[in-house]
Amino acid sequence: MKSTVVVFPGSNCDRDAAVALERACGTPADMVWHRDTELPATDLIVLPGGFSYGDYLRGGAISARSPIMRDVVAKAAQGVPVLGICNGFQILTECGLLPGVLMRNSGLKFICRTLHVAVANTDSVFTRGYEANQVLQIPVAHNEGNYRAEETTLDRLEGENLVAFRYTTPDGAANDAGNPNGSARNIAGIFNETRSILGLMPHPERAADPYHGGMDGARMFDGLVAALTR
Amino acid sequence: MKNISITDEIVAEHGLSTDEYKTLLSILDREPNLTELGIFSVMWSEHCSYKSSRKWLKTLPTEGPQVICGPGENAGVVDIGDGLAAVFKIESHNHPSFIEPFQGAGTGVGGIMRDIFTMGARPVANMNALRFGSPDHQKTRHLVSGVVAGIGGYGNCMGVPTVGGETNFDPAYNGNILVNAMTVGIAGADKIFYSAAAGIGNPVVYIGSKTGRDGIHGATMASAEFDDDSEEKRPTVQVGDPFTEKLLLEACLELMATDAIVAIQDMGAAGLTCSTVEMADKGGVGIELNLENVPIREEGMTPYEIMLSESQERMLMVLKPGREDVARAIFEKWELDFAIVGRVTDTGRFVLKLHDELVADIPVAPLVNESPLYDRPWIPTQKRGVLAATAVAAPNDPLDALHRLLGTANFCSRRWIWEQYDHMVMGDTNRGPGGDAAIVRIHGTSRALAITTDCTPRYCLAEPETGGKQAVAEAWRNLTAVGARPLALTNNLNFGNPQRESIMGQFVGCVSGIGDASRAFDFPVVSGNVSLYNETNGVGILPTPVIGGLGLVDDLDRTAGLAFPAAEQTIIVIGETTGWLGSSAYLAEIEKRDEGAPPPVDLALERRNGDFVRGCIHDGSVTACHDVSDGGLVVAIAEMAMAGNLGAAVAMPDDSVPLHAWLFGEDQARYVITTENPDKVLKEADKTGVSASVIGRTGGASLTVQSAYTISIDKLRTAHEAWLQGYMTMA
Repeated sequence: MKSTVVVFPGSNCDRDAAVALERACGTPADMVWHRDTELPATDLIVLPGGFSYGDYLRGGAISARSPIMRDVVAKAAQGVPVLGICNGFQILTECGLLPGVLMRNSGLKFICRTLHVAVANTDSVFTRGYEANQVLQIPVAHNEGNYRAEETTLDRLEGENLVAFRYTTPDGAANDAGNPNGSARNIAGIFNETRSILGLMPHPERAADPYHGGMDGARMFDGLVAALTR
Repeated sequence: MKNISITDEIVAEHGLSTDEYKTLLSILDREPNLTELGIFSVMWSEHCSYKSSRKWLKTLPTEGPQVICGPGENAGVVDIGDGLAAVFKIESHNHPSFIEPFQGAGTGVGGIMRDIFTMGARPVANMNALRFGSPDHQKTRHLVSGVVAGIGGYGNCMGVPTVGGETNFDPAYNGNILVNAMTVGIAGADKIFYSAAAGIGNPVVYIGSKTGRDGIHGATMASAEFDDDSEEKRPTVQVGDPFTEKLLLEACLELMATDAIVAIQDMGAAGLTCSTVEMADKGGVGIELNLENVPIREEGMTPYEIMLSESQERMLMVLKPGREDVARAIFEKWELDFAIVGRVTDTGRFVLKLHDELVADIPVAPLVNESPLYDRPWIPTQKRGVLAATAVAAPNDPLDALHRLLGTANFCSRRWIWEQYDHMVMGDTNRGPGGDAAIVRIHGTSRALAITTDCTPRYCLAEPETGGKQAVAEAWRNLTAVGARPLALTNNLNFGNPQRESIMGQFVGCVSGIGDASRAFDFPVVSGNVSLYNETNGVGILPTPVIGGLGLVDDLDRTAGLAFPAAEQTIIVIGETTGWLGSSAYLAEIEKRDEGAPPPVDLALERRNGDFVRGCIHDGSVTACHDVSDGGLVVAIAEMAMAGNLGAAVAMPDDSVPLHAWLFGEDQARYVITTENPDKVLKEADKTGVSASVIGRTGGASLTVQSAYTISIDKLRTAHEAWLQGYMTMA
């Protein structure tokens, strides 16, 4: 599998994503600067976490207009899988590849903690490594992870099984007690219509090494390698 | 500008004494203009010149085979093997954080990170040590909220994990909070960058953010007491932009991978003035700046304002000739300002020109070398008598006392704070906040750095020398408790007004204790910062010499955490328990008494016990380890139980000490360990002359003492987790 990590000014989980990808597939990812206009041939595009453009204006809003994003949108239209983690998820909503917005956490504070998310749909290249409804322990670290969309959009996401992950309690209940940031319907991650694009707030690359204290995120990368290695 | 004549009043406003001004006149051999006066004023401020502390700092041990660079550069550098070096330092941002907590704390974090990457190291971990006033004080909640958000806001955006720290509350900090920020970075041991300018004619280059009018005279503010009008100093607080600093970090590291840089220095306190003068002085050269080339944020800035601005996220470099274009291309890629603002000269003078008009001309060497040095008069702190354990009333139920203690401001969980810090970014955090020391892997290896910050101001107030020793001992012990080999330390000496003899006595005592302990542990002081005048309306803070300790973990599979790992393990206490309750947390928090000498620190015993514990961690016979500090044995055990969600039953090995003194006494040089192999541990301890006593076993959902008292771990945890969360969410 050949993967590409896009680096925006202010990205800071680009190396972490690359390390997790290399661990899973054995080859280093291509790191592509946001001002480039063309992606290399790739099986997977990752938009990493961080504070691209300092979160100025809105998280992801300026990066969504970076030169490289035109080619990201074009490759996504051709079906190249795109994974947006945290700030990468924000960029995906800002550039219109995913619906909805990520608003300020309901508690108005940055939250960094390892929490529980349930896998809502295993039918994608991203989630095929998991069991249905499996409860994972994966860290979050964000100020703006409160997913919001029109009720009709939320209904459509749920109706078409486009919710990828939900925040839950340790026993898998998607209720307020398991919701760290006020996200509508406990949504932690969503797919596009064809499930070739995933945006999620939790950081799978932070649960991808035995010394992280958990390997629940590694299975996403292992699943991607299994699905995308030609 | 030149026409303003310098009156006594203007001199006083600049914080210079009459004698200092006389020295200035003899150096210049004429009257200064306002710009020159401003330059002397910041260079000779307490903050920049260390004029009250230098005499005593010289007594600290700063050398060792592991030391690559001791105090005097932007940060200390130690060898960590495999061709790598750790670069680290702690620095205060106390005064600005009190005036404007979010920006003050954030720019403190930004400043210390700049010190680290200026030397060529990528920052890999941040820590902090915070002191706030009484929770009842009207400003405390606002200050905690702003400082924590400020530290998180800066570090999180930079993508450097904040892996731990310490926070305490005491009314002595009501008018002067402490915000001490520490950063650790990693660099190639032969790729360290220094600040000595060299190469006559070489270009002097300004990079980073533009210069604005913020922070003018910040260093001078940080060198004076506060009074009721301190709010008016808000304009002297800098405004941070962590996004720009992240770009500056990446751009600097990219340029450092080439061979273009001769010298580099960040602009921190006293901005462009201090950075230029230090580079020139260290290189024994002169520097001439053309101020019209300095990127400015606002029109019409005077030379005085440009030279004294403390705008953040700026650096000064001397480049090799002909490398300007390589450097410019990198900074333009990262969308940062890049301007050639001057050149290195052979005149030994610091010369400023604005459109060819001379606006300042000062000889560098005397500006630095003839800076004031004071041997301030001091009186030793009066010794306290030893308080017998029997002079402290026993509680009806010691576990009820424990429950109360864990629910106080100073002993509750700090989760509300550290969940606002990204402590995992960079993917190398092995043990984050909440343990004895944080462990951060050296990227791509199975080795790691261990980091801690420590100080017990209660002890420092009671007996400065013991308090200084204890702060070092506790840092050394915390590194040891996770299995690390302590390497070196950085210190942040926070005190009141040094012109008061009693305060100067506290300073002298603490420094002496720090020196003794670091010599005894071969744990040298490689960097540090002094913050004096932490005083408002004549009321000083507790003496607070914070120690930032760095250790090396040779094998990540040979470390220990504090959580009880499993049931049916044997609990052993290493070290002697005499039940020392003088100056203890129990006495302060439960009995509301501040008396008695603090526990003595036997440095040889510390070292023997610590080396023994570290050996047991390395040979795999320890399954959990926690150092015994504030709150005593029972607090250590409760913290292990809460972290492991597992109870324990413990009992005194004999009845030589009253129960409450055994539980809450703060004898030093002690650790609690759990083991599956007690015989081996006890035999080894006996062989090495280390005191080790079996005190109980893990298991169940409650903590039981002497089979007579019991409390559920859930109940302890609820109290422990509730206080700070509740306090901060109160309307």
